[in-house]
Amino acid sequence: MAQEKKDTYAIECKGIRKTFGSVVANNNVDLDVKYGEILALLGENGSGKTTLMNMLSGIYHPDAGTIRIGGQEVSINSPTDAIGLGIGMIHQHFKLVDVHSAMDNIVLGTKEKRIRPKELKAKIEEISSKFGLEVDPEKKIYNMSVSEKQTVEILKVLYRGASILILDEPTAVLTPQETEKLFAILRRMKEQGCAIVIITHKLNEVLAISDRVEILRKGESIGTVDTKDIDEKKLTELMVGRPVTLEIDRPERKADAVPEIVIRNLNVERPDGTPGLTNVNFELMEGEILGVAGIAGSGQKELCEAITGLTEIKEGSIVHREEELVGMTFKDIRSRGIRISFVPEDRLGMGLVASMGMVDNVLLKHYQDQQGIFIDRKTPRKMAEKMVKELGILTPSVDTPVRMLSGGNVQKVLLGREIIAEPNVLLTAYPVRGLDINSSYTVYDLLNEQKKKGVAVLLVGEDLDVLLSISDRILVLCHGEVSGIVDARKTTKEEVGLLMTGVKGTKEEKEESTDGSK
Amino acid sequence: MEASKKTGREPLLRTVKRAELSRKKTMILRAASVLLALLAGGIFLLIIGFNPFTVYQTIISGAFRSEMAVQATIRIMIPLLISSLGVTMAFKMRFWNIGAEGQIIMGAIFATYFALYQNAMPHVLLLIIMFIFSVIGGGLFGLIPAFFKAKFNTNETLFTLMLNYIALNVIVYLRDGPWKDPASSGFPKIARFDLNAQLDSVLGVQAGWIIALLLTAIVYIYLKYTKQGYEISVVGDSHATAKYAGIPVKRMMLRTMFLSGAICGIAGMVQATGSDMTLATSVAGGVGFTAIIVAWLARLNPAAIVIVSFLFSILEKGSSVMQSTYGLSSYSADVLQGIILFFVLGCEFFVRYKFVGRKGGAGK
Repeated sequence: MAQEKKDTYAIECKGIRKTFGSVVANNNVDLDVKYGEILALLGENGSGKTTLMNMLSGIYHPDAGTIRIGGQEVSINSPTDAIGLGIGMIHQHFKLVDVHSAMDNIVLGTKEKRIRPKELKAKIEEISSKFGLEVDPEKKIYNMSVSEKQTVEILKVLYRGASILILDEPTAVLTPQETEKLFAILRRMKEQGCAIVIITHKLNEVLAISDRVEILRKGESIGTVDTKDIDEKKLTELMVGRPVTLEIDRPERKADAVPEIVIRNLNVERPDGTPGLTNVNFELMEGEILGVAGIAGSGQKELCEAITGLTEIKEGSIVHREEELVGMTFKDIRSRGIRISFVPEDRLGMGLVASMGMVDNVLLKHYQDQQGIFIDRKTPRKMAEKMVKELGILTPSVDTPVRMLSGGNVQKVLLGREIIAEPNVLLTAYPVRGLDINSSYTVYDLLNEQKKKGVAVLLVGEDLDVLLSISDRILVLCHGEVSGIVDARKTTKEEVGLLMTGVKGTKEEKEESTDGSK
Repeated sequence: MEASKKTGREPLLRTVKRAELSRKKTMILRAASVLLALLAGGIFLLIIGFNPFTVYQTIISGAFRSEMAVQATIRIMIPLLISSLGVTMAFKMRFWNIGAEGQIIMGAIFATYFALYQNAMPHVLLLIIMFIFSVIGGGLFGLIPAFFKAKFNTNETLFTLMLNYIALNVIVYLRDGPWKDPASSGFPKIARFDLNAQLDSVLGVQAGWIIALLLTAIVYIYLKYTKQGYEISVVGDSHATAKYAGIPVKRMMLRTMFLSGAICGIAGMVQATGSDMTLATSVAGGVGFTAIIVAWLARLNPAAIVIVSFLFSILEKGSSVMQSTYGLSSYSADVLQGIILFFVLGCEFFVRYKFVGRKGGAGK
């Protein structure tokens, strides 16, 4: 198919610029990809990767610069234009109709809706076998795993004749095993002459899959390097713009630590009545970081919200130093001096009041302790100023609405506020999601500092490499059950990956696993 | 791949998000929108055969030409200002209270009962009791939709809107039945209030203006400096954040809607006993709806509400003078109001976005 296309450029972008208000998302960006090549697009968060890709898929329009597809200059005004040009984008969040089958989703929006199911199935199977995709065309989406859904998304764009594929952080939701499978598919597509652009934060994946790496920093092209000439350290340096160390600290924990929180037989239902957590048992020790691993939606959210008293508990007990928390109201817990801090996944929608400044956001945690009917903003103001100084938060003023701050600074505000409350227990859900390397390391340092102070830290994470290097123990959730608790110093990524998918067996040998589920 | 054929040309105009405008530039933009509105309104007046300059002049002079005119303007402003403050309370919480009209009426009805049947007590005491019951009447009427929202998550917009018609017809029922004036010889109306139940005048205008200004200060302080006011803003931003912070969202919703309705109820009492001296079906007379516009134009800021409601009152009073002087229908005044609103609200779009022509952004 693509023999003559080899060595011609699939995409050539020159001098692309895009601004959102006063924010310059892309400035003078150049990017080119050949057919039969995998290009990794690398950059810290906010460096403009997704913006660039959205311009290629017709969601945004560049303010300046030219885009050539297959050698011809084009103007891409809508996703339909992009598909017409053979560009297919796989978004981070799948855009599939849950109640329909894979087949229906694949033809949705094409002109061939009326094609006979038999022919359609044959056509889909032909594409599948060509690229080594495995999917049952008649299976309903809601019955599919994350990786199957992704396969359907890929099939969707291939069916539309895409020869240029853009994947936005495709591995964020996959287990290591599933990632390997995806990479096999991508390599196959490359052999068939497709051009592939993959956006990812994970450097090891960049090295494993790509032929070349394009690096963006602060919206500008830093340059392109051949993957074979580079290593993780150099990539990070190019990305951040200066040398950094990649080791995450893991201070030793106290030997005589006692459990801060003991959870027994915990059952929680989701609002729709399906089980969120089933028979969860574990202990959270003082002065430790307990990592929580699991595929997205395996009960991480329910676990955090159960401990903080934000969700109703169907059955079971949560004991904090011999005090039963189940049944206590929010105020009861506070009045007993039990300080549970929680950094939720949805920072601006749940942890912070997006339209308020830092002062009022700090106030959120403290105003209920103030006397009288009026609010005192003096103390929170001092706290906010202290946070700005100690955490290096970049904000025009402590009264600037936090939604105007960058992702990293928003997280520092949230985490800072939760830490300044001097918690006994600190729950954090995906605290480094969307943060660049620098901000991520600040967060790791803050968590370690809390651990050293004796705080019991629960860290829900998605990057297994990080969880393995910072946690003391890792609790693995699978379908709302604890599929294993392992010693992070001894376990391997593969073992955790297997536990995530529910393949058990090795956990008996591991230390102190509190007789997990069942 | 014949790709280029499939893509169209770049569209002529695209909307692009602006950089945050400075306060000054925003104000200039808003002033320009008012000017444009006056211009468009002028064209409308020209078409129907009037000289826009004399008409505009009449509106202004109509509102201020004499002491009496000024007093009349203020009298229009009082209920508008109070009910705008009322809906602001709910709007801060993002609770869409479209039911100010009904809450005004309920406040008036509760107060009227005392004015008609318990009016023998001392003047000041009677007024205080009427005031308290207007608070209760309006508040309870505001509480109903909040209760159903908290309990069954009903849509508050429709609920409060429908309650307006119920309230209106309660007056009709009282007027035609139990509260019918026996001295009116069959004509359905409610008796004029006893002098003892009428609100006094201060500086030639009913004392409602003092209540209105006091309420402005109270609402301002309440929203800005009290814990409850702070909680309202948090709930208005995100229910999830409020729950996370341990704010009992449902209880707050009930409390705030009671206050919102109660303030609107005060507007009803002030209008009935201060201006109308009776309870008429026109006691709210659309003020509850205009209040929504006033609250939004003032961006829910109590101080700005005073200014905006004053401007609206000038337009209202001036229009009635225009009507009597030129025989211009009062609906033309409504058209003018509509044009002004269209431009002022429309300008908010340009505060946040701008248009860029084809290849216009290039080279900048």
